[in-house]
Amino acid sequence: MSDLSQTPAHPTASHSSLLTQSERTKRRNAAEKRFKAYGATAIALGLAMLLVLVTTIVSRGSGAFQQTFITLNVELLESKLDKNGERNIEDIKRVTTFGYAPLVKTAMQTTVEGLGIETSLKAKQMAGLLSKNAVAQLRAYVLENPHQIGETVEFRFLAQSRVDGYLKGRVSRDSIANDKNISAAQLDLVDTLIEAGVVEKTFNLGFILGADASDQRPEAAGIGVSMLGSLFMMLVVLALALPIGVAASIYLEEFAPKNWITDIIEVNISNLAAVPSIVFGILGLAVFINYMHLPTSAPLVGGLVLTLMTLPTIIISTRAALKAVPPSIRDAALGVGASKMQSVFHHVLPLAAPGILTGTIIGLAQALGETAPLLLIGMVGFIASNAPETIAEGLLSPNSAMPAQIYEWAKRADPAFYERAWGGIIILLVFLVTMNTVAVLLRRRFERRW
Amino acid sequence: MPTFWLVLLLLALSALGYVAGRRRALATADGNPGDLHSLPIYYGANVAMTTAVPAFGALVIWVLAQPLFIENRVAGMIPQNLIPENASLGLVMSDVRRLAEGLDLAVETGAMTQAQTLALESETSDIRAQLGGIGVALGSEVRPEVLQAAQAFRRLASNGKDLMILATLMLALGGLTLSFRKSHKDFRARNVVERGVLALLILAASLAILTTVGIVLSMLFETVNFFGLHAWKDFFFGSTWAPNFRGDSELSILPLLWGTFYISAIALLVAVPVGLFAAIYLSEYAGSAVRAFAKPLLEILAGIPTIVYGLFALLTVGPLLLKVFGQGENGLLGLSWMSGATSVLTAGVVMGIMLIPFVSSLSDDIITAVPQSLRDGSLGLGATKSETVRQVVLPAALPGIVGAVLLAASRAIGETMIVVMGAGAIAKFSANPLESMTTITTRVVSQLTGDTDFASPETLVAFALGLSLFVLTLGLNVLALYIVRTYREQYD
Repeated sequence: MSDLSQTPAHPTASHSSLLTQSERTKRRNAAEKRFKAYGATAIALGLAMLLVLVTTIVSRGSGAFQQTFITLNVELLESKLDKNGERNIEDIKRVTTFGYAPLVKTAMQTTVEGLGIETSLKAKQMAGLLSKNAVAQLRAYVLENPHQIGETVEFRFLAQSRVDGYLKGRVSRDSIANDKNISAAQLDLVDTLIEAGVVEKTFNLGFILGADASDQRPEAAGIGVSMLGSLFMMLVVLALALPIGVAASIYLEEFAPKNWITDIIEVNISNLAAVPSIVFGILGLAVFINYMHLPTSAPLVGGLVLTLMTLPTIIISTRAALKAVPPSIRDAALGVGASKMQSVFHHVLPLAAPGILTGTIIGLAQALGETAPLLLIGMVGFIASNAPETIAEGLLSPNSAMPAQIYEWAKRADPAFYERAWGGIIILLVFLVTMNTVAVLLRRRFERRW
Repeated sequence: MPTFWLVLLLLALSALGYVAGRRRALATADGNPGDLHSLPIYYGANVAMTTAVPAFGALVIWVLAQPLFIENRVAGMIPQNLIPENASLGLVMSDVRRLAEGLDLAVETGAMTQAQTLALESETSDIRAQLGGIGVALGSEVRPEVLQAAQAFRRLASNGKDLMILATLMLALGGLTLSFRKSHKDFRARNVVERGVLALLILAASLAILTTVGIVLSMLFETVNFFGLHAWKDFFFGSTWAPNFRGDSELSILPLLWGTFYISAIALLVAVPVGLFAAIYLSEYAGSAVRAFAKPLLEILAGIPTIVYGLFALLTVGPLLLKVFGQGENGLLGLSWMSGATSVLTAGVVMGIMLIPFVSSLSDDIITAVPQSLRDGSLGLGATKSETVRQVVLPAALPGIVGAVLLAASRAIGETMIVVMGAGAIAKFSANPLESMTTITTRVVSQLTGDTDFASPETLVAFALGLSLFVLTLGLNVLALYIVRTYREQYD
């Protein structure tokens, strides 16, 4: 009887109606709405982060692609550059950059005077608007064209980084109050020179193709040489990781017997894919540099380290591509008398090639953006100022790589270098986006559904 | 660059072998390929392979083994009394090596002739100044024993190189003639070639093991060296990280571990809720259009190189936090909780952003794998969608999600660039997330960049740190795999 008494004859629910929601239903529906909103917020948050990241990169980095130039007519005085007048290249070479400084100073002064600009600045201060690179540029030009000594030639010199920053809005009269590199009076002169068209901001090819410059000359720094460093590293990675990775995958996927050795190899590869990249840097330092005495900072060493790092990625994607080829292909090949090896190399591998290629490109893109191991094998901390001339030099002489160069710029204290760093990131991302797009397109174009 | 030419020569020889082997086999069959056991290309490939593979193998082994051999021989020449107190043999050996390299460079650049370098006497000539002239800086004056050892080093190195060239060429030529003579129409060339190719494939696959062994051995070796110079108790149980290149450093991993875990915890605090909710929304609520649009966009975050995040932390997030929590007139809130742009929070938040897609795409896969029948059952009983997710789908997916979080944690612990640029360099125990702290990876970078002296504990500690990091991340990965495998629900 106690059972009966526990069951109410009229359950309370029967009082509720479908038309009006009970307290509890309202609460549950509200919880449902909240839960869904959390999810949508999370997505929105993630996408907002991406947006913020991309806008930051673009807004802060696009400045690096523009640079302020000052156009001057420089009289290449024979009395300064070639005292004997014999045009002997050895004599001309003997004049150091110090010998060229007065020419630039005079050119600046005559230009300002010629425009009828009143200024209290001395010639030296006027020439201070130019980059320290200007004299070197002038000297290089003269050494290449010694016959033009004595003539007046028009030059486009880089403006110094503060002037450049002023045109880009990074430097203002307030921010230079304690700056010994530039004064408000010099900025006034810049204003008038802009109106006269002597100072102008144009596209900066030097940033994309040029070499890095020392701490003092951010306006002259470019990413071109370290781009070559990255290129050579990628060549090493491609030449080693692709064949080794494909060979390893073919063995594991097609030939390996199911035993404990194969298991160890497989577990090993998946673990290697999760090892922090810096550990590969330590390995590179200990084995390639400390033990084998390969040259420090060389793209060859960087390439070897990145090869070891990329191998698991390539192996994993290659195995997936091989697995996607249906067994009927192998059976058909074996059936018409091909050996196992022939069935793999003549039939399975070509059919898996698009997938392998896609995986390789993605692995290369990963390697291209990797920085940490490069720090340990010495690809930062020096100025990559010379482009390699031969392939051997490109592989063995010290160089930087794009991400290492960006890190190097970010470490320097001058905000002008920060702009370079963001600009470098734009270039790096352009490469990565291109590579990934190619990978996606390849997959779309050649992917076969069986 | 003789090794380069040697490689080219070997390649040329094997190409020659290919053509020759193919021709000979065809000649024995009177030019009729039908009489051959295998296709003609296999006879060529056989000769090419037997020429190139053993020679290249010998070359690689030689290049790897020669330094070890020379090192041992030369190290035996250095008398015990030459080794200064508090220093190891390694220090003297690095002097020897630098001197030997300097002399080689002098010959290469033409500053000295070969005969001149061999006739050098440490008493009569100022080697240090001479080498300084071509840009080789020696740490101290050259002692006669060191010079002697350096000369022996050079002699061994150059003899070794000659021998290497000789040996590889002999092997190549031997293989060439042997297999060339075997190229007969009855020779089972295909079988031999295929066995060779299979051996090469196995070799490539075992390279993965070799890499792991290399990682472990290289770090273990230097770590043992480190513990020979520095007390292991201080490393594992000390409380201070204060490297001092004049010696007497306190090198304890604990403050670094604290910084590492603190930053990783903040990163996970950002990444796990956002990533998990994003995954739930994408797999349970979003329509296919939203999914096709949002999922790849989120995954872009994972493809951005870490240097970009590092720069973002250093130049955007750090200054922004400083503006909010900073000192004096800079601080918007008037609080002076933060003194510099680098802090635990800076690095943690940015790393969290990086990990969002990591958590979300892994969890997304796992949630999608929960069978629809479970959801239908729950919905049929009258549960709302969110109740279904919380009480049915998530518990079913939990092992996978825990695995994903552990993988993300392992990624966070091993992350380098973000913490190098955003976390700072001060090792301390502090609970304030607005202070700068340091991590294992940043210390590895700072101890191993610049001039490194492999005989000082301050450099070697980086290997002990690296090994700890390796063990830590490996442990997390294995744990993640174990959890996923053990607690996975089987629905079939």
